[in-house]
Amino acid sequence: MDTSLVTGLGYVVASGLFIFGLKMLGSPATARRGNMVSAAGMLVAIVVALLDQGIVDYTYIVGGMVVGGLIGAVVARSVAMTSMPEMVALFNGLGGSASLLVGWAALSPDSATFTLITIVLSILIGGVTLTGSLIAYGKLSEKLGSGQIVFSGQQIVNSLVVLGIVGGAALFVMDPTNTVYLYTVIGLALVFGIMVVIPIGGADMPVVISLLNSYSGLAACAAGFAIDNNVLIVAGSLVGASGIILTQIMCKAMNRSLSNVLFSGFASVSNEVTEIEGEIKPISADDAYYILEAASSVAIVPGYGMAVAQAQHVVKELSNLLEANGAEVVFGIHPVAGRMPGHMNVLLAEADVPYDQLLEMDEVNPRMDSVDVAIVIGANDVVNPAAREVESSPIYGMPVINVADARTVFVLKRSMASGFAGIENPLFYKENTRMLFGDAKESLGKLVSELSS
Amino acid sequence: MNGAEYLLFILMLSIFLGFELINKVPATLHTPLMSGANAVSGITAVGAVALAGTGKGDLAQWLGAGAVALASINVVGGYLVTDRMLGFFKKREN
Repeated sequence: MDTSLVTGLGYVVASGLFIFGLKMLGSPATARRGNMVSAAGMLVAIVVALLDQGIVDYTYIVGGMVVGGLIGAVVARSVAMTSMPEMVALFNGLGGSASLLVGWAALSPDSATFTLITIVLSILIGGVTLTGSLIAYGKLSEKLGSGQIVFSGQQIVNSLVVLGIVGGAALFVMDPTNTVYLYTVIGLALVFGIMVVIPIGGADMPVVISLLNSYSGLAACAAGFAIDNNVLIVAGSLVGASGIILTQIMCKAMNRSLSNVLFSGFASVSNEVTEIEGEIKPISADDAYYILEAASSVAIVPGYGMAVAQAQHVVKELSNLLEANGAEVVFGIHPVAGRMPGHMNVLLAEADVPYDQLLEMDEVNPRMDSVDVAIVIGANDVVNPAAREVESSPIYGMPVINVADARTVFVLKRSMASGFAGIENPLFYKENTRMLFGDAKESLGKLVSELSS
Repeated sequence: MNGAEYLLFILMLSIFLGFELINKVPATLHTPLMSGANAVSGITAVGAVALAGTGKGDLAQWLGAGAVALASINVVGGYLVTDRMLGFFKKREN
């Protein structure tokens, strides 16, 4: 029997399962089964690949699979949901490095020019993804500082790196037997990944991990061309498309273009100080309780600060008590709240908040003027009315959750320091805003104990 | 050996399909979508096993084995963590 036919059909089945699994991810009700369908596709693809008659020695394969599989399983079981952005960043890098190695290993002296070009591409995209993701991981896990790293002459250095990559790649394609060219391209790709991510600040990390997610798919795609394998191309382009769409959504939610996110580190950021009218009105947990107790409609708007304070479980308790008290409680989630797309939703889902209680920005904004109390927990820039009102503000035009339209706004905040993006927030000075200072978890705990007594 | 134009044809169709499907994924599932994408990008394992199994013991085989290990972390870790996360998503009971 012709094994290439079996292999080909196996890859068709695997691709179909990937596509079907992705389709089932379109609804929270079917998403978990969709993930299993996709995993079944992966199993089919790998089993088919193992049946390849060219394989004479399974020791390296089994060794690699056991080591990798064990590490993956341990990480997946132990990672905290607050650390998902770091984990995804790291996994993007692993995907990129695997494609780099496959492209490199696929090199043979008699490779055709088209194959050589795709080998260079998989090495380049894979290398950039690897080091870029490691820097992103470092920034997200705060092992590196989360700020922008900018130095004079950065643009010149970057231009030289790009020139070196283009030149090295061209020479490599013309003379693939000269390993100096190959190592130059690998080295410069790794340097370029670092250079691309260091000037990007912590607040823009959701864009960066989405983009690197896309690159890890495109690297797999390029490796698919290099080894002439269509299932790599199908799966790689699905991942590539996914990352690009998420990148677009994140950019739109910040009202910035992708090039602005990637290159704004090179330009100096203007720090105009604008006068804000009004005064800060603090409120005690006792007084906040009386207002909440009388509320019939409450909207909770969480930000990354909620995750830092580990307050998601006590938020859920508060929401339960308010509902028992007869209030309608919804959560308003801004697309860039948290450090990666959908991060808040996972944290709240882990705390047992049902997903139909989590509303997107466009769903929660129209009903905000009928909300009695909006509670802002550890969010700042995503609720900043300056985005609508102050034309000189750096975030002017960014869509925000209009909490100021609610009758009363509680802002839970540690101190008066400005947000991640370092921008003043006029919300704190509004007539209907009350500041509940202190650790979010403790403040919420006080409200919970008052409501439950 | 497949022709370059055949592979490019597959690339074009899958990118279009990817855009259509992923646009329908709700924002609430974007984190599992990304970790699931991590798992799918481990598809490189399929290419890596053939390179790691040549039995030549040369550089290419070592590179292939490294790629198998890295891609296996992605596949196993990606699917398991996505499953763990999706297990949290529940509808309101009533």
